[in-house]
Amino acid sequence: MLLELKQIQKSFGEVNVLKGVGFKLDKGELLGLVGENGAGKSTLMNILGGIFPPSSGEMRVNGKNYHPKSPNDALNEGISFIHQELNLFLNLSVAENLFISNYPRKKTMGFSFLNQKQARKKALELLSQVGLSVSPKSPVERLTAAQRQMLEIAKALSASPRIIIFDEPTTSLTRHEAQKLFQLIKKLKQEGIAMIYISHNLDDIMHLADRIAVLRDGELISSGERQNYTIPSMVKDMVGRDMDQFFPHRNTVPLKEFSLEVKNLGAGFIQNMSFSIRKQEILGFYGLVGAGRSEMARLIYGLDPMETGSIIWNGKEITSPNPVQWIKEGVAFLTENRQEEGLMTLQNLEKNIQLAALPSFTRRFNIIDYKEVKKKSKTQADATKTKYHSITDQLVSTLSGGNQQKVVLAKWLLIHPKLFILDEPTKGIDIGAKHEIYVLANSLVECGSSIMLISSEIEELLGLCDRILVVSEGQITKEFEKEEFDRSKILEAALHKAGKEEQKL
Amino acid sequence: MNKTTQRILNNSTLVLFAIVLLTFSILSHHFFSFQNFFNILVQASSLAIIATGMTFVLLTAGIDLSVGSIMFLAGVISGKLVVAGFPLWMACTLVLVIGVLFGLINGAFIFKAKVIPFIVTLATFYVGRGLGLFISETRAVNLPESFLKIGSTKFFGVPAPIIVMTIVIIAGHLVLTKTIFGKHLYAVGHDEVKSRKAGIPVDGLLLKVYIICGFCAALGGLVAIAQLGAISPTFGLQSEFMAIAASVLGGTSLFGGRGSIFPGTLIGVLLIQSIQNGLVMVNADPYLYTVITGGVIFLIVLIDSIRHLQQKKLKRLGIN
Repeated sequence: MLLELKQIQKSFGEVNVLKGVGFKLDKGELLGLVGENGAGKSTLMNILGGIFPPSSGEMRVNGKNYHPKSPNDALNEGISFIHQELNLFLNLSVAENLFISNYPRKKTMGFSFLNQKQARKKALELLSQVGLSVSPKSPVERLTAAQRQMLEIAKALSASPRIIIFDEPTTSLTRHEAQKLFQLIKKLKQEGIAMIYISHNLDDIMHLADRIAVLRDGELISSGERQNYTIPSMVKDMVGRDMDQFFPHRNTVPLKEFSLEVKNLGAGFIQNMSFSIRKQEILGFYGLVGAGRSEMARLIYGLDPMETGSIIWNGKEITSPNPVQWIKEGVAFLTENRQEEGLMTLQNLEKNIQLAALPSFTRRFNIIDYKEVKKKSKTQADATKTKYHSITDQLVSTLSGGNQQKVVLAKWLLIHPKLFILDEPTKGIDIGAKHEIYVLANSLVECGSSIMLISSEIEELLGLCDRILVVSEGQITKEFEKEEFDRSKILEAALHKAGKEEQKL
Repeated sequence: MNKTTQRILNNSTLVLFAIVLLTFSILSHHFFSFQNFFNILVQASSLAIIATGMTFVLLTAGIDLSVGSIMFLAGVISGKLVVAGFPLWMACTLVLVIGVLFGLINGAFIFKAKVIPFIVTLATFYVGRGLGLFISETRAVNLPESFLKIGSTKFFGVPAPIIVMTIVIIAGHLVLTKTIFGKHLYAVGHDEVKSRKAGIPVDGLLLKVYIICGFCAALGGLVAIAQLGAISPTFGLQSEFMAIAASVLGGTSLFGGRGSIFPGTLIGVLLIQSIQNGLVMVNADPYLYTVITGGVIFLIVLIDSIRHLQQKKLKRLGIN
């Protein structure tokens, strides 16, 4: 047995995150590890990767006891960890990143210098192994998301690992890029490398895994051969109940009146985008990563300057859109990267939730009515079903991804948005939290608001939207009414123009 | 934006350096001479050494405000000892030891007590200056001839300060570009948490960086003293800011992870020194020196921020 974990327990303070979890892994085997955010997957992998020690329990590698004290110990035992947030240094080159932990060296006059020649040679070898054709000298900040992901894998391979841990490797990849990653994973499997693969994408897990383990609330709920699982059975194990009604039932239909009209919007590679959204409508935007959907939303919200076009809000033209004005008008924008743009991760929940709505709580002399704000923030945190133990003492950085997203939602709900622009609201979020976000969106629309939903998950758009627009290479290329919704047609429309783009990689 | 403007923006310091040289050469016929360039190098040597140490610190996204105080205190102590009859080599060694010691204190507080570098070095800035003033009784320490001799010694016709400067810059450059320590430095400056995850010994590295900076400060101080012959109570005052200015002019980012000693910091130092030298040559009012230096820093930083905004905008809109 290559790897064996027994009765691993971990507690942070009084919180028990892992309650005696164990599993086994053989050579060339891929274990799919699934569970909701906060189920303890990351904690378990961090223990295995030497980032922190378990409170109790036993780990064995090749039958030998294994007690890593640092990520380096894990590497020396042949365990490489590919984090969801890639551990790359954007200011360094490809080769420097590959060998940051273990650079080839040579001795000159008693001093230890970098051996650039050997580094270059080894770098080219590793890059070709993962099928990445970039120069070892090019700075990592110039690489695309997919190239960075491949680089991270090449980096893991440089330590000639026996076990690789993947934590959500596909979140920033297009489907096509993900397919290339899967081919690589299969190749590595044939070479005898064992892998642990964490993902919320259960299709991928079914496609890749030999065995599956499901965690819930720090406990191993089930594990076994892949053949014994189906996606519904996995979901049931993950959330502890059947998820038959995954998308909320839409009771309302869009009104006749428009809330937002966009005409000939353009800037950079965004050209001539025109569309309008009705009151009480959920308008979906589908497209490949990089098709221009987020850029479009940023232009509308005034985060980047628009060059052409006009924006009409409730019949009134908005000449120079900016976030301050939009917030006053009751338009909210949940950006695609919550960590950088949506949250102050080192502040508590309350401060984050108050942020956007604070001006509306000012009383005489611009003094803020803190009592009221506190009360309302708490109401919103609970309404979004955020799981927290203290709204004033807990930092947002300590929350799981799903709960962080709910804090962003709570922040925007506090301004009572009439239009809510959601950019990838469920990215990297578990099934339970996703469901709650869908329910929230639906109830918002039932109360009279409109929603612009940008998503790369086609199921999500089909399940929620009244209308779907397809964006490709900075243009709106196709429109689907609810009656015409068809998974493959929408996909085809998105891929159609982008075919060339994808082949380049 | 066309390519030429882009290129000028990317090398703003070099362009400005060329403009400064040209302007002063036109204004004063004494400026453009081999002898004067030699002078500039000698005058720049102390600052170059200090700025090299400072660049190490800045690359890790840190800062060291105690540099000038280290120069002063180390100078005062060794000066007093030499005057009291201690041998010269012992005094010089002691200067370096004090520098290293200060670096050690700075570094230890920063990584052990997790106090931010600005505050730690602000404290040592006051402690160092205060101790120096206390020991010197706020009077200038006059040094014996022997000290001055080091400053004017020449090897193969090259003054000792230039040689020391060259060695320090080459060594610093090699460490940054050719050793794993250098690569780790850039990594830590970019992201400390990621660095820890990559198994980089961050704490030890920070300690070393502040020791290097302290050592360079003391050495730079020594080089300056050997040219001055006396240590006034204002010796080393604002040196830390000159060093930071030189590094930043040379393209080092205060946010860490970006910059170089050669050519970067060296050009920054030469730019500052050329301006000062040139202003003397054209008989400008000495009170204007700092105003003009400040103006130049302002200009460079402005150009830099314009460039960053441009790049950011292009990136946002998907054009690279």
